[in-house]
Amino acid sequence: MSELLQLFLTFAKVGVMTFGGGMAMLPILQREVVENKGWATDEELTDYFAIGQCTPGIIAVNTATFIGQKRRGILGGIVSTLGMVFPSLVIITALAGLITNFSHLSWVQHAFAGIRVCVCVLIFNAVVKLWKSAVHDVWGGVIFAAVLALTLFTSLSPIVYVLLAALAGILIQTLGGGRK
Amino acid sequence: MIYLQLFYEFFKTGLFAVGGGLATLPFLNDMADRTGWFTRAQLADMLAVSESTPGPIGVNMATYVGFTTAGIPGAVIATLGLITPSVIIILIVAAFLRAFRDSKYVGSAFYGLRPASTAMVAAAGIGVALLTLVHTEKTFGLGFFNWPGVALAAVILVLTRWVKPTKSQHPIVFIAASAVVGVIFRF
Repeated sequence: MSELLQLFLTFAKVGVMTFGGGMAMLPILQREVVENKGWATDEELTDYFAIGQCTPGIIAVNTATFIGQKRRGILGGIVSTLGMVFPSLVIITALAGLITNFSHLSWVQHAFAGIRVCVCVLIFNAVVKLWKSAVHDVWGGVIFAAVLALTLFTSLSPIVYVLLAALAGILIQTLGGGRK
Repeated sequence: MIYLQLFYEFFKTGLFAVGGGLATLPFLNDMADRTGWFTRAQLADMLAVSESTPGPIGVNMATYVGFTTAGIPGAVIATLGLITPSVIIILIVAAFLRAFRDSKYVGSAFYGLRPASTAMVAAAGIGVALLTLVHTEKTFGLGFFNWPGVALAAVILVLTRWVKPTKSQHPIVFIAASAVVGVIFRF
């Protein structure tokens, strides 16, 4: 089997087995990519993951691109990424069609009203987790508070905050403030 | 041309959303407000489905929004739009791996970016809470809160944060349980 096809299938498998993406994916990648295929070492995988987290985009996609390009260059990167998103496309499209057909039923509406409450809590928990890895000092807290207030009370594009926050980070650390 | 617009919107999201799945949520909220393709309430439902199905949340959300906006071609195009900037950026970074990892400026930029990204997700969460836990049309008194919702939220919060045996359960367990509670108590 050509390695490109193997890359596609392996990442499709990782995509199917990952619920939630991000960190949940690391153990599955370790088993498939490091132990079964030997495409990368544990150290490389950790590096890719770290870089995937601090580059824009979906971490799972970034990691797949990294490993794919290491094996088979640019084409390998693209094929691995397509493999990773393929199961999502199939599963979500099928489910979305189903849900649209049943969404007028009252019990489906009640179910989603309950689910939305759960989503609030899940987002809250995600924020707590993000906070721990994102905010390390007073300046981090200031940026958090400023962006939160601006997002709630203005309707500027999030892109503005991303660019301003990156600039603020560089300014603060260049001028000697903030934890390194 | 809806497909071009979809691709462009998700390309922007993929380019600027930093920090994984939920980081795309503020961009999708913004998209809902500007384009009218879907509502914020629909987005909350899509988020629940995306958390309960296999695959990275960000990719699932893009597929779902794309499908809602323009059917199956929309799903494919939104997903491709989301991942295109990632692929391009990673292919460039891979070529300059060491320089990227050791760059002082990259580190400093992310020192500022991470709290901002966290704040945007928090704001999106507050948005979902306003939609779900309060009756915004009533401003005063006890009727302001949707009490059954608040009670369910409190129970889930305790179970997901402090009760040892349930803390490590997958979110899908709580989502399914909440659906059942919603049906039984007619939320």
